[in-house]
Amino acid sequence: MTPSDTPTDDRRDPAPLLELAGFSKSFAGFRALDGVSLTLRQGEVHALLGENGAGKSTLIKCMTGVVHRDAGTLRLDGALIAPRSAAEATQAGIATVYQEVNLAPNLSVAQNLFLGRQPTRFGLVREGEMRRRAAAVLAGFDLHIDVAAPLESYSVAVQHIVAIARAVDQSARVLILDEPTASLDAHEVEILFAVMRKLKARGIGIVFVTHFLDQVYAICDRITVLRNGRLAGSATTAELPRLDLVKMMLGRELAHATAERAPAAASGEAAGEREAAFAAFEGYGKAGYVAPFDLALRPGHVVGLAGLLGSGRTETTRLVFGAATADTGTATVDGAKVALASPAEALHLGFGYCPEERKTEGIVAELTVRENIVLALQAKRGALKPLSRREQDEIAARFIRLLDIRPPDPERPIGLLSGGNQQKALLARWLATEPRLLILDEPTRGIDVGAHAEIIALIRRLCADGMALLVVSSELEEIVTYADEVIVLRDRHHVARLTGEDVTVPGILAAIAADVPAGEQAA
Amino acid sequence: MSLRLPRVGTSQVVALLVILAINWVVSPQFFDIRLQDGRLFGSLIDVLNRGAPVAILSLGMVLVIAMRGIDLSVGAVMAICGAIAASLADSYPLPVVLAAALGAGLACGLWNGFLVAVLGIQPIVATLILMVAGRGIAQLITEGRIVTFTSPELAFLGGGSVLGLPTPIVITLALLALTLLIVRGTALGLLIEATGGNARAAALAGVGTRLITLAVYAWCGLCAAIAGVVAAADILGADANNAGLWLELDAILAVVIGGTSLFGGRFSLVLAVVGALIIQAMNTGILLSGFPPETNLVVKAVVVLAVLLAQSPRLAGLGSNLFGRRA
Repeated sequence: MTPSDTPTDDRRDPAPLLELAGFSKSFAGFRALDGVSLTLRQGEVHALLGENGAGKSTLIKCMTGVVHRDAGTLRLDGALIAPRSAAEATQAGIATVYQEVNLAPNLSVAQNLFLGRQPTRFGLVREGEMRRRAAAVLAGFDLHIDVAAPLESYSVAVQHIVAIARAVDQSARVLILDEPTASLDAHEVEILFAVMRKLKARGIGIVFVTHFLDQVYAICDRITVLRNGRLAGSATTAELPRLDLVKMMLGRELAHATAERAPAAASGEAAGEREAAFAAFEGYGKAGYVAPFDLALRPGHVVGLAGLLGSGRTETTRLVFGAATADTGTATVDGAKVALASPAEALHLGFGYCPEERKTEGIVAELTVRENIVLALQAKRGALKPLSRREQDEIAARFIRLLDIRPPDPERPIGLLSGGNQQKALLARWLATEPRLLILDEPTRGIDVGAHAEIIALIRRLCADGMALLVVSSELEEIVTYADEVIVLRDRHHVARLTGEDVTVPGILAAIAADVPAGEQAA
Repeated sequence: MSLRLPRVGTSQVVALLVILAINWVVSPQFFDIRLQDGRLFGSLIDVLNRGAPVAILSLGMVLVIAMRGIDLSVGAVMAICGAIAASLADSYPLPVVLAAALGAGLACGLWNGFLVAVLGIQPIVATLILMVAGRGIAQLITEGRIVTFTSPELAFLGGGSVLGLPTPIVITLALLALTLLIVRGTALGLLIEATGGNARAAALAGVGTRLITLAVYAWCGLCAAIAGVVAAADILGADANNAGLWLELDAILAVVIGGTSLFGGRFSLVLAVVGALIIQAMNTGILLSGFPPETNLVVKAVVVLAVLLAQSPRLAGLGSNLFGRRA
C-alpha cells in the first residue's frame, strides 16, 4: 500500500494494470474516502462492493476525474496519470458505463457507437461504412442486431452492451461498470457476463460494482470491499466465502434475517384462505398488457409476484393501482365494485404503491424528504386541507426515526439521499396514508444489504399488523421468506399460483421455466 | 407559507437595489416622491405603476412554469380582454364589463389548459395557437380600430389611486396576496412543485395532476385578463395590435429572473414580482438616462445575463473553488 514502490507484493501472474493508492476525499468536512487503495490486474474482473454510502461512487468519480481527490496517486501500467475529466480518463484508457446508460436513445445503434468520431469522407459522415463497422464491433460480442435501428428499440441489456462496446472500442484498457445489472433479468445478465468474459480474454481489467452477491461469485476474480469510506478488505473470490464477505460489508454479524421462512408463512397458517378479501380482481386484464387474471388480496397476507423481467409483474401492479386501466374484468374492494381509473382513486380506496423505477416514478428529487413523505397523504386530503407545517414535521420525524432514514434531516432534498434511504422515504410516503393494501414493486432492488434486511423486516411487520401486501421481487430466495402465496408470471400471463408448502425457490423456478427451453436457470 | 426570501432571493433583491441605485445616480430625483391631488408621484412610483401589467402576468406565468409548462398567449389574451373591456365600458356597468373581460381571460386559460392537460399537446405549441389567433380575435372585437372609452369607473383602474397609491400597484399587491393565499395557504403549492418536479411520480402518489394543470392555466388566463384591463384602463382605449405585445416574453423573463426554473418545480411568487420590477426599473432607468431607447434591449440582455449568472450553481461552485480551496 505504499504508493511509490514497485509491485513486489504481486503474487499472481498478470501485471498490475491500474493501481490506486491512498485515495482520500472530503466533502464539507465529511470524509467520503479515507486512504483507499485498489489494484486491478490485466484480464481481471474486480468486484467493488459496499453498502450505500460506503464510498464506491466517490471512488469511481475520483478515478475518472469527475471529482478531484484530495490525496492519492493513480497509475496505469505503472505510469502516473491524473485525468481531470471523464473525457481525459477515457482518453487515458479508463472508460465508465453507468447504470443508466448515457447514450442517445433516439439515435441509431451505429450512431451511438461512433458518436463524435464518425468515419467521414470530405467532411460527410459515411453512413454505410459506420454501419458496417458497428456491426463488426458488435459481432465481436456475439450481438447480431440491426445497427440502423434506434437504440431505444432494444432492451436495456443490449443498450448496456452497446455502451460497453463504445467504451471498449475507444481503446479502453480499464472498464468500470457501475451497477450494470440492476435492471437486467437473469438471461440478460448471462449475456452481459459473456461480454465481460470476452473482454477479460482481451486483457481488459474490469471494475464491477453490483449489489448482487450471486453475480460477484459468478464472474469476479477479486473483491474489494469499502465501508464508511475506508478499505474494509480485499481478497480473491476463492479466499472469501459469502458469509465472510457479508460480514466485511456490514462490519457486523448479520442475523439470519432472510435465511429462514417465517413459521407462520410456512405453515400456510394464513389458511384464512376464505377470509374475506380486502381487494379482489376477477378476469382483470388489458389487451396487449397483461392477460386477464384473478387475484385476491387479504389483510395480513403477502402475495408475491415472480417471473422474469417483462413477464407482466410490473404491469399487474400498475393495473391493480389504477396506473393503467383494465379493459376486461371487475375489481371489488370490501365486496363493492370499484372503477380503478387512476392512482388518485386507488389512493382513496386505501391502496399504496412503491414503483420499481424509484428515480423516475417515485421521488421528486428537488423536494425535501419531508415534502416527499407527506405528498401522498396531502394528495389524499386534497389541496384545500393542507397539513400544517407542524403536522408535516411530526410525520417526517416519526418516519425518519421509525425507518431509520439517513441522514436524519427532513429538509434535505431527497435526491441527495442514497437509494436505500430514498426507498425508505417512499415507503414512509405510503405508510403515512395508513394504507390497507401496499403494492411494492422490487422494494429491495439496488439497495445495500443493511437496508435490504430492514425492508424485509418491515414487510413482515406490516403484514402482522393486518395490511394486505402485493410484492414483486426478482430475488426468489427473498420472496419465499415472506410470501403466503406466490403467483408466477410468464409472457404476460399469470401461469401458476403457489401456496403454503409449495412456496419454494425450486417450485417457483419450475413454474417459471415450465415451458421455456431449459438451461438458463442456474440459481 | 414559506416565502424563502432570505436565502434564495438575495441575488434578485441585490440586483433590484443595484439598478435602483444606478437610476439614482443617473437621475438624482429618482427617489423623490411627492403627493399631488391625493396621489403619489415620482420615478419610483412610476416604476411600480408601469411594472404592474408584467408583474400581474408573472403571477400566473410563474405557476405555469413551475408546472414545467409555458404560456405564450398571455400578451394576446391581454389584447382580447382589453378590447372587450374598452368596447363595453361606455354601455354597461363596471361589474358587467369586468365579468365579461375576466370571463374571457378565464376561458382562454381553460382552453390552453384543455390542450395541455387533456389532449397532451406540448405547452409551447398549445399556447402558440392562442398567441397567434388571440390578436386576430382582439382585432375582430375592435373591428380593426382603436376603441376608446370615457367611463370614469374603468379609467379609475388604470389612472386612479387608493390611499395615494396608483390603482395598478394596489391591484398587483392584492393579486399577489390572493395568489399567495391560494397557493401557499393551501397545499396547492406543494402539489404544483411536486408535479413540476416529477409529473409521473406525483401522479403515482395520487396527485390529480390533470386538474391542477387545468387550474394553473386558467389562473394564468385570468391574470392576463386583469393585466389587459389595467393596460386598457390606463390608456383609455384598446389597441388590438399593440396591447400586451411581447409582454409574454417579459413575463417569462420576470419568472426566470425570479429564480423559477423552466424545468419546473420550485417557484417563488414574490421573486417573480421582483423580477418584473427589475425589468421595469431598467426600462425606466434607460429612459431617464437619456440614452436612445434602442439601447434598452441590449442593456436589458446584459442585466438579465448578470442576474442569471449570479444564480447559477455552477458559477457559485467555481467561486468557492477559487476562494475556498486552500482554506
